[in-house]
Amino acid sequence: MEQIDLSHIAITAGILLILTGLWAILTQKNILKMIIGFSLFDTGIHIIMVGVGYVKGKTAPILDEAVNLERAAREVVDPLPQAMVLTAIVIGLGITALMLAYALRLYQKKNTLDVKKFNDLKW
Amino acid sequence: MLKKVFVLAVLAVFALLLFRSFGWTDAGTELNEVATRYAEDGPQEVGAANLVTAVIVTYRGLDTLGEVTILFLTASIIGFFLATGRKGEHVPPTVRNTSEILQTASRVITPVIFLIGIYVFINGHLTPGGGFQGGAIVASGLVLMLLANPGRKVSHSLISAVESISGISFVLLGILGIILASGFLDNSILGYGRFGTLFSAGAIPVIYIFVGLKVGSELSGIVSNLQQTTKEDI
Repeated sequence: MEQIDLSHIAITAGILLILTGLWAILTQKNILKMIIGFSLFDTGIHIIMVGVGYVKGKTAPILDEAVNLERAAREVVDPLPQAMVLTAIVIGLGITALMLAYALRLYQKKNTLDVKKFNDLKW
Repeated sequence: MLKKVFVLAVLAVFALLLFRSFGWTDAGTELNEVATRYAEDGPQEVGAANLVTAVIVTYRGLDTLGEVTILFLTASIIGFFLATGRKGEHVPPTVRNTSEILQTASRVITPVIFLIGIYVFINGHLTPGGGFQGGAIVASGLVLMLLANPGRKVSHSLISAVESISGISFVLLGILGIILASGFLDNSILGYGRFGTLFSAGAIPVIYIFVGLKVGSELSGIVSNLQQTTKEDI
């Protein structure tokens, strides 16, 4: 049987998460569910980014006993996407926290989280 | 009906785009040029065993400063935004007492969570983890504390003091890099030590301790802001 590549699993899972998140953002009426959809979308992107940085058969980019220092470049995966994803996770967390705070204020204003009820700007 | 078709079409286009871009490509077999340079010269240039940390704190240290700034901005916007709704009269909140099990367990587990968080950010240059992860773990300990004792007030002056001091220290360490070494956030202002031990990698552990404290206090501030608002205004 042909072996399935690790990065294929990661990227497929990431794409499915992105599609689930997008579906939730497009169809859900409850603001909290839309925020959850955004988080899923975010997580999917992170998984794809880490998956793209994977190099076949290599180990984590931490130079301990498992890695020969002399030929480190041929034994580790790409550290750059992982660093980028760390940044992206922190930014995503900030955005999620902001959205939750807005959702809280909207709930205080109208006593509902149904996005259909917020039609002040509709004509 | 039309809406469902539209949603399906958007999803299908997105799926096609994503699969075309990533889905059918095989994983690479060797590193690209930038990553090769990081892996080969990183140990001599930066001295951190964890290459991801070397990239985050030194090679792209300015990015990290911006990231911490964005987190600070988020925390202050949330504080400002939720505080405007707070009127002068404080109605004492009516909270149900949490269960005995949760309270007792939180007293045992919270110090351990704080300890793990501190371990993660002190060892950020050796093991997976670092300032952001450690700070998030510390803040999760605070969340457990607030869940167990919902009436508890978190000291906002302590949080903002820790946050400002660690933020200023982070920037000062960066400026020391300009004066003593070759550039902003250069980590060679402290000795490199022996590769792979706790006291190695120059200023990286010190910077990560400040980042960890800053992130931990910012997230704690966000959580306690959200928690106090739900209690007083709803």
